[in-house]
Amino acid sequence: MEFSELIRTGRAQAELLRGPGAPPLRGTLCVTGHHLLLSPGPQATSDLWLLLLRSVDSIEKRVAGDSGTITLRCKDLRVLQLDIEGVEATLDIARSIEALSSLESVITSFPFFYRPKGLRLGDAWHFHPPEHHYKRVARETNAWRLSEVNEDFSVCPSYPRAVIVPRAVDDDALARSARFRQGGRFPVLSYHHAPSGTVLLRSSQPLTGPQKRRCAEDEELLRAVLAGARPGARGFIVDTRSAQAAKQARMTGGGTEAKAAYPGWKRLHRPMERGRPLQESFVRLVEACGDLEQSMDRWLSRLEGCRWLAHVKEALSTACLAAQGMEREGACILVHGAEGTDSTLLVTSLAQLILDPLSRTMTGFQELVEREWIQAGHPFQLRCAHSAFSHARPKHEAPTFLLFLDCVWQLGRQFPLSLEFGEGLLLALFEHAYASPFGTFLCNSEKERCLCEVRTRTHSLWSGLNQPKEQRKLRNPLYVLNPLAIWPSVEPQSLRLWQGLFLRWTRPPEPSEAAWEKVWQIVTDKEKTEGSQPTVSASEPQP
Amino acid sequence: MEHIRTTKVEQVKLLDRFSTSNKALTGTLYLTATHLLFIDSHQKETWILHHHIASVEKLALTTSGCPLVIQCKNFRIVHFIVPRERDCHDIYNSLLQLSKQAKYEDLYAFSYNPKQNDSERLRGWQLIDLAEEYKRMGVPNSNWQLSDANREYKICETYPRELYVPRIASKPIIVGSSKFRSKGRFPVLSYYHREKEAAVCRCSQPLSGFSARCLEDEHLLQAISKANPVNRYMYVMDTRPKHRMQSWWATQKDIGRIIVRISSKIWNDEKIRESHEQKRLNAMANRAAGKGYENEDNYSNIRFQFVGIENIHVMRSSLQKLLEVNGTKGLSVNDFYSGLESSGWLRHIKAVMDAAIFLTKAIMIENASVLVHCSDGWDRTSQVCSLGSLLLDSFYRTIRGFMVLIEKDWISFGHKFSERCGHLDSDPKEVSPVFTQFLECVWHLTEQFPQAFEFNEAFLLQIHEHIYSCQFGNFLGNCQKEREELKLKEKTYSLWPFLLDDQKKYLNPLYSPKSQAVAVLEPNTVSFNFKFWRNMYHQFDRTLHPRQSVFSIIMNMNEQNKQLENDIKDLESKIKQHKNKQTDGVLTKELLHSVRPESPTLKTSLCFKEQTLLPVNDALRTIEGSNPADNRY
Repeated sequence: MEFSELIRTGRAQAELLRGPGAPPLRGTLCVTGHHLLLSPGPQATSDLWLLLLRSVDSIEKRVAGDSGTITLRCKDLRVLQLDIEGVEATLDIARSIEALSSLESVITSFPFFYRPKGLRLGDAWHFHPPEHHYKRVARETNAWRLSEVNEDFSVCPSYPRAVIVPRAVDDDALARSARFRQGGRFPVLSYHHAPSGTVLLRSSQPLTGPQKRRCAEDEELLRAVLAGARPGARGFIVDTRSAQAAKQARMTGGGTEAKAAYPGWKRLHRPMERGRPLQESFVRLVEACGDLEQSMDRWLSRLEGCRWLAHVKEALSTACLAAQGMEREGACILVHGAEGTDSTLLVTSLAQLILDPLSRTMTGFQELVEREWIQAGHPFQLRCAHSAFSHARPKHEAPTFLLFLDCVWQLGRQFPLSLEFGEGLLLALFEHAYASPFGTFLCNSEKERCLCEVRTRTHSLWSGLNQPKEQRKLRNPLYVLNPLAIWPSVEPQSLRLWQGLFLRWTRPPEPSEAAWEKVWQIVTDKEKTEGSQPTVSASEPQP
Repeated sequence: MEHIRTTKVEQVKLLDRFSTSNKALTGTLYLTATHLLFIDSHQKETWILHHHIASVEKLALTTSGCPLVIQCKNFRIVHFIVPRERDCHDIYNSLLQLSKQAKYEDLYAFSYNPKQNDSERLRGWQLIDLAEEYKRMGVPNSNWQLSDANREYKICETYPRELYVPRIASKPIIVGSSKFRSKGRFPVLSYYHREKEAAVCRCSQPLSGFSARCLEDEHLLQAISKANPVNRYMYVMDTRPKHRMQSWWATQKDIGRIIVRISSKIWNDEKIRESHEQKRLNAMANRAAGKGYENEDNYSNIRFQFVGIENIHVMRSSLQKLLEVNGTKGLSVNDFYSGLESSGWLRHIKAVMDAAIFLTKAIMIENASVLVHCSDGWDRTSQVCSLGSLLLDSFYRTIRGFMVLIEKDWISFGHKFSERCGHLDSDPKEVSPVFTQFLECVWHLTEQFPQAFEFNEAFLLQIHEHIYSCQFGNFLGNCQKEREELKLKEKTYSLWPFLLDDQKKYLNPLYSPKSQAVAVLEPNTVSFNFKFWRNMYHQFDRTLHPRQSVFSIIMNMNEQNKQLENDIKDLESKIKQHKNKQTDGVLTKELLHSVRPESPTLKTSLCFKEQTLLPVNDALRTIEGSNPADNRY
């Protein structure tokens, strides 16, 4: 196997420091194709320690005397320190980790080799196909159809095979509309809000260009959307760029819908940060969180300066705006920015979480992530190539998905009984999006996943997470179905730093974990005591 | 009543200060002798106690009426619009009068009548017994004794009658030391750590202004250190910031120079004695004599330590800044954090916490006794001593223990509640949120140690409510002597029994008293562990809060569990009884049928389950769903 060429030293003696709360480990360090192993030796009681090399974000080496130190900063924000015997060994191991952790080839990545016990290949991959979502929509309205115009990914390389579109628009018109939208991302249905009879759509920007081009089929498509919705429905186009940025985009061939061309639709601009500034915000926040010595003033000014919570507020309030437009004003909403693969998805997925009780369940949320992020073509491989510690020049990295998870966490804090899943699931999704033994977050689109045969050759994260042993970590013990929309407060006083993620490895977790343990205990006690009632009546003899 | 000219105004609008919809509630405003009451069209009542009002402001007349903005000490801000300016003016004037009383006797506590007889009231006052508390700590003992020196408040007016001092400290030493300490507040015992035999003592600053020394004071400190059999070294914690003390030393030198200059002037001109400059000089000289700290050369076995908590004026303006920032409409995230930073509020909270941790460590790790003081020894000293005791002793983390702690370190040792809370119309410069800071520190601890406290956040908020309400006698007056003169125990009620009666509301369902790990709390004071206490500073801004409360639901579940367990036990014992009665051991149908209808507890508990899904109570702010109109998106 080609990995062996990259591994310079098989093994060395080392000590591993894992930060507060975890005792140091001593043993034999070993680099394999995908992992860093530390075997504590035959007498030790502790188990083998394992780190996926893919999760290493940055590596730093130092040598002094006849030993060396390697500091590994991981994509899940963990910082590990390895003290290794022997200078040569240290340098070799560092070089091996560097080479192996930055391999770009998808099909040699670990998910293609991971074969856990108890899981079957191919399981859970078919959990959330577009057909599944369409069935639900079709039960509520017949104005929409499932189109397979993109079956061979030729119309839009970043869309899935099947998308939901207005019944009145045929596939040819869709293809023409796609040519008018960046990356072929023509407007498709994201969510049908049955109570108000309105829909949430997403697309990319129209390619109006400096000449203000128009496209009859695209206009027809949006007209059909209004016609298929509640009678007299208006439409709002939520552009996630500022009015100025949208105008400027015309220079490079993009642009925005002209008012005259789309009667009934009104444009709203809600500028959201994306791309590099968002990545920098993430990097600065993580930097600030790593400094345990700073004064209160310094900490608060860094928290302000990184602007992360301002981004959280932007994302939540734009999503609320979209949701409010549907629920309160009975309007159809089309969301797009430029490419329609980042902030657009952030808004549409959050709006659904606010409106749709089903998406707040365990399976509903997984379906939401699968449908609105993975199948909708968020380029995970590009966005999550590096996390906050990498020294590499950021190219396409942006923590859009993390921002989504943070917003969900904020919703969960404000409505602690309304989400069936807990912080554990959000943390797991963050980890797996950046480095995972499962195939779910691999590649940038369904097309690429198809080419790499991800579905047949790797395991699905959902089948891993839905195993019974994982449930206690992932579920919210206090969940009660809440049929209402959940409108969060977006005032700065109501938004909190997500300590469970950003300070996960720097603060001692014991007290809060113990408290959750107690909550679980109370909930199970409740189930037990309630369960034992029937046994009393069951002892009643049959007449 | 003579201040009330208008008792009822109709068609008044109440605006929500954080809602954008400008959707106002319309209702009727009533003015009573004790409260301002607003009843909106849904019959929802908003009661505002006159004593809670910090300021009333009449804004410029608008087309819809005359705006009246009322800011309360419990951080409620209400914005009324009164249709007629005349009514607004009347109410404004009445509130100005009613919210600022000149005499204690006019405060609500003296007219509040919860329909209890005298013996019930007396029992209420006897609920917390400090002598009992010192006994629980383990004093008097071979090293510490009760001193009768202050029995008649002769030595120190602001201390309680009962004081505990080292057994070897004689009365002349105590008297001598008290003369050397500001306001006569000599070193006395605040908390005794039985296991470590170490003491937390408190006092005011020494009057060492012009490098004077006092042998009795030195002896008293020595006596304290000798009362600790394990470690002869003791810490003297000056809770003031070092830089302030140093800059004060600099001004003292200046004063010296002024004295020289002015004395020569006086020499030259007799008239100047009556002049303003003379008066100013006296004030300065007095101030000079009133400041100082122990000189380590004069005291044996002490280690001197500054811990850097700012004074009441800094704290007051810090809170003011914080409230200004928070009151801004349409506040951006960045303005919020930069405002939080520039207010310095969390920095001050951290300073208090760090001081308490220093104290705890001195006792737990070095086994040393600690003497805490600030200037007068009733603000920062109370904060540090009480918070330190709370970290050291899990008793203070119970509901009753927390009451004892407040009675001991705050009320009895003369924290000037009436001045700090502005109960009467007095010097606004004496007002300061010192006690609020203490409550906030405790809240931060409950956040870090969710299982260590018997009480919950609602308990802290309720206490905060009542330090300003003047509804109960506990917090009136500035020291015990004053309280006795006011005959509070005869004329007013104590808050504590009322809180205990409502105990259920204040219980922390996660409390685990048995877990040994929380015997001594070791909080982490890394900056990011301090958060803005929204539930305090925005407690009445409904739209800013989580819409569902974890606490109330867990509390209900917990209670329900207990009830169901009892039911099960009950039913099981009944089954057993029947089994015993029936020698053949067969349960007949009739018997069980007789059990089931007879079991109302089972029925109620099942109903109870339904209830858990409903909003529980207002204090815990459970709102299912929410309204987008309340928010600004």
